[in-house]
Amino acid sequence: MGKLGPVPAAPPAALSARHELVLEGVGKSFAGKKVLDDLRLTIPAGQFVAVVGRSGGGKTTLMRLIAGLDSPTAGAIRIGGQTCRGIRPDVRLMFQDARLLPWQRILANVGIARGPGWRERAQRLLGEVGLGERAGDWPHVLSGGQRQRVALARALMTEPEILLLDEPFGALDALTRTEMHRLLLRVWREHGFTALLITHDVAEAVALADRVLVLRDGVVSDDIAIDPARAAGDAQSADLERRILQAV
Amino acid sequence: MNRTLRRGVVPWLLPLVLTAAWEAAARAGLLSARVLPAPSGIALAFWGALSDGTLPHHVAISAGRAFAGLAIGGGLGFLLGLLTGVLPWAEDILDSSLQMLRNIPHLAIIPMVILWFGIDEEAKIFLVAAGVLFPMYFNTFQGIRSVDRGLVEMGRVYGLSRLGLYARVILPGALPSVLFGLRYSLGIMWLTLIVAETISASSGIGYMTMNAREFLQTDMVLVGIIVYALLGKLADMVARWLERRTLSWNPALWSGLEAA
Repeated sequence: MGKLGPVPAAPPAALSARHELVLEGVGKSFAGKKVLDDLRLTIPAGQFVAVVGRSGGGKTTLMRLIAGLDSPTAGAIRIGGQTCRGIRPDVRLMFQDARLLPWQRILANVGIARGPGWRERAQRLLGEVGLGERAGDWPHVLSGGQRQRVALARALMTEPEILLLDEPFGALDALTRTEMHRLLLRVWREHGFTALLITHDVAEAVALADRVLVLRDGVVSDDIAIDPARAAGDAQSADLERRILQAV
Repeated sequence: MNRTLRRGVVPWLLPLVLTAAWEAAARAGLLSARVLPAPSGIALAFWGALSDGTLPHHVAISAGRAFAGLAIGGGLGFLLGLLTGVLPWAEDILDSSLQMLRNIPHLAIIPMVILWFGIDEEAKIFLVAAGVLFPMYFNTFQGIRSVDRGLVEMGRVYGLSRLGLYARVILPGALPSVLFGLRYSLGIMWLTLIVAETISASSGIGYMTMNAREFLQTDMVLVGIIVYALLGKLADMVARWLERRTLSWNPALWSGLEAA
């Protein structure tokens, strides 16, 4: 599988200086068991990084630390030079399930945090993910893919610098998944955020990301750059996929 | 006969046949009017009490007591459930005591209530309040505790304030359970009131029926019983209407309500 659509433009220089994501010796233990161990990583602003690894390899823990839902037991996470403590408005997380409030209509779900002018902004973002007509519907009438689109629009409300994606396409069928990939790449290019995608699917990682991290037993066992300029080089992709699969 | 017609008509057949048989038996002199008056006699008594204003008067008094008790007991139960559902330390302090009190049948405290309040209005309102407090408390507490943790986490990540989290995630999530508690409380409310008014009262439907018993007006006793049934049904219908209005987002509940 090649890169979907045209090659993305490099993010503006100002962004890269401001919101670099740096992990400085980050570790996390639960009841004495080390889940993440001394992670050292620098992710430049605007990069699309995929994190692959087996279940229990610490992927979701890493996401929760960056999202501010948990705090590391060792080291520090810095965003734009600032040490992270708790939940930040410029970091957003898309969950495996869409987690829409069933008692709020689609528009109100997108604009969940409200704030001035939220209706107009939510409506525009819904249009951007192709659901402009569904603003007044209840979540339960949408399909799984549509719900994740709503979740994506909701994540974009605060114009985040970093978007964390915790296997958000895992439960979708293959066709819907490809559609969502295309949408995500388009939105990423337009908004210029840093994307950090957790996935089991190595093909998905290679298709979407600039860089693939393999997380194994709490450490990054491989850090593979993917040439964004490569053509739809299926042979090369297959080669990469094989290499990553061996590393996992 | 089509399906909807059959569903609309068939359930009424048995009650109609039984009522007709009852009427026929009463007219044939098989049933003494003192034991069981004819349906037509009950209807006449009902009409009489309605047109001379005694029935509306007693119903208004009974309903006033019932809803005062519901407002006090239900409101308190809701607030306590909110408190223990939201604050862990409040649960530690209150929940086990409340669970213990819950096991006392509230009608068992009637002698205490009479000692405290005599046989005045307070006694009846207190009994109703005591009866509805626990179902409201328990269902509110359970409702808050069973709110999807994933949604609460989402609310936090998406920048909801503590207040916003309660108003938009936790309370709406607990609402189905709270409304179930309300429906259940309405049943207990009428039951308690019937008992309280039958024991001692100088007005209300219970008084009306007990008074009729003294004068051997069996038809008026039956009118009282029917009024209780109608009021109970009415309260249940209002509660269901409230559920439909506030839970219109929930398709599962919709079909459940239709079936119920």
